Amino acid sequence: MPLISPANKKRDYDVVIVGSGAGGGQMAYTLTMEGISVLVLEAGRMFDPTSETAMMHTPDMAPLRGVKTPDKQYGFYDASVESGWNIPGEPYTNASKEKSRQFAWWRQRMMGGRTNHWGRVSLRNGPYDFKTRTRQGVGFDWPISYDDLAPYYDKAEMLVGIFGDSEGIENSPDSSPGVLLPPPKFRAGELLAKDRAKKKLGIDVVPIHRAVLTTTQDADRVPKKLHPGNKKAQRLLAENMRLRLKCIFATDCHRGCSIKAAFDSTSVYLTPALKSGNLDIIPHAMAREITLNKAGKASGVTFIDKTDGSEHHVTGRVVVLAASSQESVRLLLNSKSNQFPDGLANSSGKVGKYITDSVASSFSAQIPALENLPLHNEDGTVGQQVYIPWWRAGEQHKLDFTGGYKFVLVSGRKMPSINTGKGFDWVAGGDEILFGKKLKEDARRYHGSFQGIGAQGAMAANDDCYAELDPQVKDKWGLPVLRFHWKWSDDELKQVADQQRMLGAVLESMGGRFSRSPHVDDPLRAIKQGGAIIHEVGGAIMGDDRTKSVTDKWCQTWDVPNLVMADGATFPGTADKNPTLTIMALAWRAAGHVVDELKKGHL
Amino acid sequence: MNNSEDLPRINRRLALQWVTTATASIPLLDVDVEGAERLRPKSPVANGYGPDPDLIRQYKPGDLWPLTFTVDQRRLVIVLCDLIIPADETSPSASSQGVHDFIDEWISSPYRDQKADRNSILKGLPWLDEEAKRRGGTNFVSLGSDEQLAICHELARLARKNRNTHPGSFFYRLRNLVAGGYYTTPAGMKDIGYRGNVAMPEWNGPPREVLERLGLDPQ
Repeated sequence: MPLISPANKKRDYDVVIVGSGAGGGQMAYTLTMEGISVLVLEAGRMFDPTSETAMMHTPDMAPLRGVKTPDKQYGFYDASVESGWNIPGEPYTNASKEKSRQFAWWRQRMMGGRTNHWGRVSLRNGPYDFKTRTRQGVGFDWPISYDDLAPYYDKAEMLVGIFGDSEGIENSPDSSPGVLLPPPKFRAGELLAKDRAKKKLGIDVVPIHRAVLTTTQDADRVPKKLHPGNKKAQRLLAENMRLRLKCIFATDCHRGCSIKAAFDSTSVYLTPALKSGNLDIIPHAMAREITLNKAGKASGVTFIDKTDGSEHHVTGRVVVLAASSQESVRLLLNSKSNQFPDGLANSSGKVGKYITDSVASSFSAQIPALENLPLHNEDGTVGQQVYIPWWRAGEQHKLDFTGGYKFVLVSGRKMPSINTGKGFDWVAGGDEILFGKKLKEDARRYHGSFQGIGAQGAMAANDDCYAELDPQVKDKWGLPVLRFHWKWSDDELKQVADQQRMLGAVLESMGGRFSRSPHVDDPLRAIKQGGAIIHEVGGAIMGDDRTKSVTDKWCQTWDVPNLVMADGATFPGTADKNPTLTIMALAWRAAGHVVDELKKGHL
Repeated sequence: MNNSEDLPRINRRLALQWVTTATASIPLLDVDVEGAERLRPKSPVANGYGPDPDLIRQYKPGDLWPLTFTVDQRRLVIVLCDLIIPADETSPSASSQGVHDFIDEWISSPYRDQKADRNSILKGLPWLDEEAKRRGGTNFVSLGSDEQLAICHELARLARKNRNTHPGSFFYRLRNLVAGGYYTTPAGMKDIGYRGNVAMPEWNGPPREVLERLGLDPQ
């Protein structure tokens, strides 16, 4: 069972899934392990992380030292192909000309979707994050609680392979015992941050959770836990787990991982799903419309074969949208019918509404204590290893903003980039920019003495951030494109002002020197553009009330129960946690429900 | 180091092209609008590598798009590379690592982001020769190394004051490219103290001597 061309598809599938990333991959995995026949439509090409990723290449082997270009928008070696904020022939628009009111939309057109390019930070939403309206008076409550999702977080973490620790921090949940893999040791700068932030500010720096295998997975134990009584699934998973090696403590996970230590959907979800014999995948398949039958149920998906422009239709008893939140929104809005003139599953008028994103800013400093440290390898797991979870969850009501935030720290002597060497002038002082022997001396002294911290915070759904179909613009397939509306609220700007203040405080606790002050008084300058962090969710939110939401608590659309949303579109808000792990847990939970409902004959 | 007392007499046209800095340091040649137009290079016409390039292949300057430098320009950039990153007792120079060819690749790039560097550098190279002729009656490459360094120091000072105005901007951009180009080579990585990108069975964090230096307890 393999990738197939449209001509080779079966006449009928139990489930057709649009998208092969975190949500679609998880859905495909869970369903095929339960014996459900599945077709995945992926808009991009097959991408093989085991043979196509340049893991150990140095920048001098790449064009332009691997710098970002319009063709490779996250750098040459980033494991993204045909992807980016701007894709030729596939535009989107913004209603406002004002930069701060525009949304930047990253699309990942390849097998495995955004999991190829992902930073792999995998944090659970906390109990409060599901009750934003009740606790903070803004946004929405989710129709589920943390306890509903906790078992699926455990499952997803065990399958994916995530390192981290249990800290007992309010609203930053621990995993069940035995679920997480051991976290890597801290780097020197991270140890310094941990010591100083605690002593001077009372703030904890703890191991982050990331989808990287710091040890091999327990292929004897985990499959039995994840698939009790299902020998075939146990065998397939155990086999796949044994194909994954542990981290070699080198190379950025964004490059992709040929040894499968870092998670991606293709390596972890799609490979065992294909081996089950229950999965077909059609690459280059751009979904254009969800079709309905006479009973008003979803009957299948019409898609364009991008290799020749031909149009095809595939049928399934259930249709799952996991094309990434806003692509799924577009697909719903473009699926118009007599029954749904405003777009499929849109009787509430809420499709496209309530997009949220991480509220982000950053700051950095030079830390004299880290200068001239004895040379050693600081790669570790290369990406983020530690973070500061939101430390005021219990006293949010005392603050003038409603959402928490976390700080993600990165320090150390990193692999140099084309930008290395231009950041030392202000540190060195003097009346010249550095060059000559002095540049070489100062580069040795200062490289690795910088501490950067990224803040990412919660965003409550509001009426100002949404997407709709652009009335004029179409993409190269003739499909209407999305037009975004975006506006940061005072609540988010106040949060960013506080982020900036505390970023300065943490860096100062480490003895940091700054090239400028943080933007405490001008948060609009500090806040990252909507979409810049690539954490956007919402647009088809879940809820208890079918007039105010698009799906129920099982991610089934209210209007069309055999149409299920499995990406971030159902999130009723953004927490101070990264969205991917929650997408996986929700998809697993939704998949289990689909299996039950299919067995009962309800779908 | 030159100072204003050493300034040679200049003709009126050149005088108009020069900006004097607020301090008493040597004024540097600026390019007039007409000259800037004349020197502004045509944009490269080659295409980029596209959204789905071979990531495994190892690329060399000139593999993907034609290069720009003439023989003389290349010779000049080699000298500049080694003024900015000279060899010293611990590591080799920038030109020995082929950084000049990287700069040629960079300024020949078909992408928009490199255009400003291209314009600035192709404007700065003839400016340097003019400045050298003004000072020593010869082009920059043939100038004595003290004179070459003196011009670089002047430019470095201008760049520190304002990195957006020619000719300080030229030196700022060139310095960034030479440094970035150098520190991304194996020799440059070694020189700057990067010890990673090595597959290892375990990673044990910083060694004890690092923790002692920081006054931190072992993990």
